[in-house]
Amino acid sequence: MSIPLIPVMPAAKSTLEDIEIQLLLEGIYQYYGFDFRDYALASLKRRVRRIMQSEEVSTISALQDRILHDANCLERFLIGLTVHVTAMFRDPSFFVTFRRRVVPLLRTYPFIRIWHAGCSTGQEVYSMAILLHEEGLYHRCRIYATDMNDYVLQQAKSGIYSLRLMQEYTHLYLRAGGTRSFSEYYTAAYENAIFRSFLKENVVFSQHNLATDNSFNEFNVILCRNVLIYFNSTLQKRVHQLFYDSLCSFGILGLGRQETLKLTPFEQHYEELDRDNRLYRRLH
Amino acid sequence: MAVEAVEIVVIGTSLGGLSALQVILRNLSHQFPAAIAIAQHRHKESNAQLSQFLQQHSSMPIKEAEDKDLLHPGHVYLAPPDYHLLVEPGYLSLSTDEPVSYARPSIDVLFESAADSYHERTVGVLLTGANRDGVQGLARIAAVNGHTIVQDPTTAENATMPQAAIQSIPVDQILPLSDIAPYLTHLCFSVRR
Ligand SMILES: C[S@@+](CC[C@H](N)C(=O)[O-])C[C@H]1O[C@@H](n2cnc3c(N)ncnc32)[C@H](O)[C@@H]1O
Repeated sequence: MSIPLIPVMPAAKSTLEDIEIQLLLEGIYQYYGFDFRDYALASLKRRVRRIMQSEEVSTISALQDRILHDANCLERFLIGLTVHVTAMFRDPSFFVTFRRRVVPLLRTYPFIRIWHAGCSTGQEVYSMAILLHEEGLYHRCRIYATDMNDYVLQQAKSGIYSLRLMQEYTHLYLRAGGTRSFSEYYTAAYENAIFRSFLKENVVFSQHNLATDNSFNEFNVILCRNVLIYFNSTLQKRVHQLFYDSLCSFGILGLGRQETLKLTPFEQHYEELDRDNRLYRRLH
Repeated sequence: MAVEAVEIVVIGTSLGGLSALQVILRNLSHQFPAAIAIAQHRHKESNAQLSQFLQQHSSMPIKEAEDKDLLHPGHVYLAPPDYHLLVEPGYLSLSTDEPVSYARPSIDVLFESAADSYHERTVGVLLTGANRDGVQGLARIAAVNGHTIVQDPTTAENATMPQAAIQSIPVDQILPLSDIAPYLTHLCFSVRR
């Protein structure tokens, strides 16, 4: 039928901006070890441009100069470059399906290990802890919540979110199949909602970079939602290898709403547990 | 007139876009030689029915974009609700970056990334809408010598968006809604590699 479009930007046509970005990313990798070289370029470019505005520099080379000579600037760069948007019970139907399709499988294990890769500020982790608690499984679980960015991990660890968000989260909780009163799970203090401490008793927060770090355990469930969209196919392949190697036989992989295993070398190694909600099960 | 083959047509629209898109898609053949990517503003909780709805009016395959979808000529890709849609050389990517001028998907994000990836082989089409999203993106397409088309405001359900574009940039073509599809066909078939 139709043939794929051939990419139309041969190397010779790289713009100066493209070259500067490559140099910047290479420098950051060589000097600090953070590897952004295989991130999807279009969205990365947008964010680099925005950081240039806030740093008030007019070229990427000037930004590079500042980042390489000032670790504070690197910190700001790391915050500005990665997208941390998240919510409790984001995509409620994912959680509804998880309850219906995955929880029964988890009941068969005496002990359950779950990995949230790219957990950002932790909302997804607390959502899962609540779900497992309501299903009577939480005490058998250990949840590993990781992100490359220490700043968001600290927020995740604190379990404190703005009280303003709770109305929206309550709404999402109910649509995700929640049966209790959502306010049971936090106490309000001034402008903040502080999540109850039992929700993090079985959670281990730690720094882990999907681009450079290796597997650290074997898991029954790996959730990595809305992280792989920021990577190009080369890095996606690396991460899928990592997930495959880190899942037990018949382990569950959950991806973001518009992410798939299609076109990856791992497609044949999983069965689709639920297509619309991007839940896959490792075959043997 | 473009001297390079067009590889990608990006279309942006907001209020009133649903019926405008129908008119355009209905009049493009499934042999259309470029890929088409569309950002239509919509509510973040709307579901995937927009592609099914538009499909009824088109002979081209229409899908809601998934991450890293390859760009095929004659195929139509829609920005999913609550994601930005970005064009990379040869494929699409998505992001959940902050909304841009309150919009996710944002037309500016789609247009600017297309201009970055396909330069003068990009055609940008801005249709009816009640805000200014897309104007900056269209300016970027113009800046890389791509081709810019704006719906004639008098044929738009809401004229604000086309008018803003016309005031800010010297657009290549201002066309009544019914002329846009024939013009795209002419433009994209006229030079092929
Ligand atoms: C959009 S958030 C997704 C949060 C959550 N999973 C969700 O879907 O709501 C993306 C997260 O991925 C993290 N991230 C980006 N690159 C990473 C990498 N190489 N290794 C680990 N985490 C990464 C970012 O720091 C950010 O917190």
